[in-house]
Amino acid sequence: APAAGWPLWEVFVRSSRGLSHVHAGSLHAPDADMAVRNARDLYTRRNEGVSLWVVPASAIIASDPDAKGQFFESPQGKDYRHATYYTKSEGVKHL
Amino acid sequence: MSSDSATRITPGNALRPEDIAAAGTRADPDVAAYALRLGDDALVLAQRLGWWISRAPELEEDVALGNIALDLIGHARSFLSYAGSADGRTEDDLAYWRKETEFRSAHLMEQPNGDFARTIARQLAVSFYSFELYTALQHSADPTLAAIAAKAVKEVDYHRDHSAQWVLRLGLGTDESRRRMIRALELTWPYVGELFDDDELVLSLGGRAVLPSALKPPFDRGITAVLRKAELEVPAVPAAPGGGRRGQHSEHLGYLLAEMQVLAREHPGATW
Repeated sequence: APAAGWPLWEVFVRSSRGLSHVHAGSLHAPDADMAVRNARDLYTRRNEGVSLWVVPASAIIASDPDAKGQFFESPQGKDYRHATYYTKSEGVKHL
Repeated sequence: MSSDSATRITPGNALRPEDIAAAGTRADPDVAAYALRLGDDALVLAQRLGWWISRAPELEEDVALGNIALDLIGHARSFLSYAGSADGRTEDDLAYWRKETEFRSAHLMEQPNGDFARTIARQLAVSFYSFELYTALQHSADPTLAAIAAKAVKEVDYHRDHSAQWVLRLGLGTDESRRRMIRALELTWPYVGELFDDDELVLSLGGRAVLPSALKPPFDRGITAVLRKAELEVPAVPAAPGGGRRGQHSEHLGYLLAEMQVLAREHPGATW
């Protein structure tokens, strides 16, 4: 849609068996109330969901895909982050 | 429960048109005439709304209007299946092989779509009327009518919300959307009165039908509340003559039926 159109919303659905809300897709709506209604039509028409969240896409801050390497670098070689150096005190039985 | 699948389609316990046909219950002729009115209202409005699909202001609204049209087709199929049971006609016989003068829909249903505001004004009136009608008809002494109404009322509640949300947005939106909403209400309201006319048929049906005039007070309360929120007023416009329940229609219905019926009439006896 052009700039004058409706803003974009991201939709999260928690299914009837699901423990968490999962991103289901996006839609356009003039405001939050209409976004929830549109999400119900577009993403839960077959009874998939029991709970819906809509978030204006502009409110979501994403990580930078180009910085993926540094950003998500594994903790390998950072053993000091793990509690592996500690020795058990004497007399502590159930640790 | 096996129905807990993530993508299940729940049939529920609601009555389907196929169940009505299979039940073999024959409606008595007066009940059938009444069911025909209700079915024709839903059928004609569904045909109008189907036009919007691919033409709505946004994709999301295509889906919403399409959903409403499909719900209405469902209501029409149930009522027409039951109406046809009186004399052995199917829902398709009734939809495709009756002439304009044999349709019993109210004039409001056949009104042109106009712009989006005009479609919404028509939806506002019809959905608030239908909600009151089906709420009452759930208690009909005729069990089939009661069962159809019990299913329809939940869907119509959603239609009501959809139209009310849009009246608020158009009414409180821009100067242009507000101007169009006001105009749309003025063009729609002459046809609202016909919905509440009592006649011999409904009076003779007693507890099996809902007296249309009894629906007017709750309808007025609901509409007034929505319009007040949208800072709009019920338009003071004179009523149109009506006559749909007697088969006297405006020129709009003939064109609508020609389009709706053309394929069935080109290929009589075909199955699909």
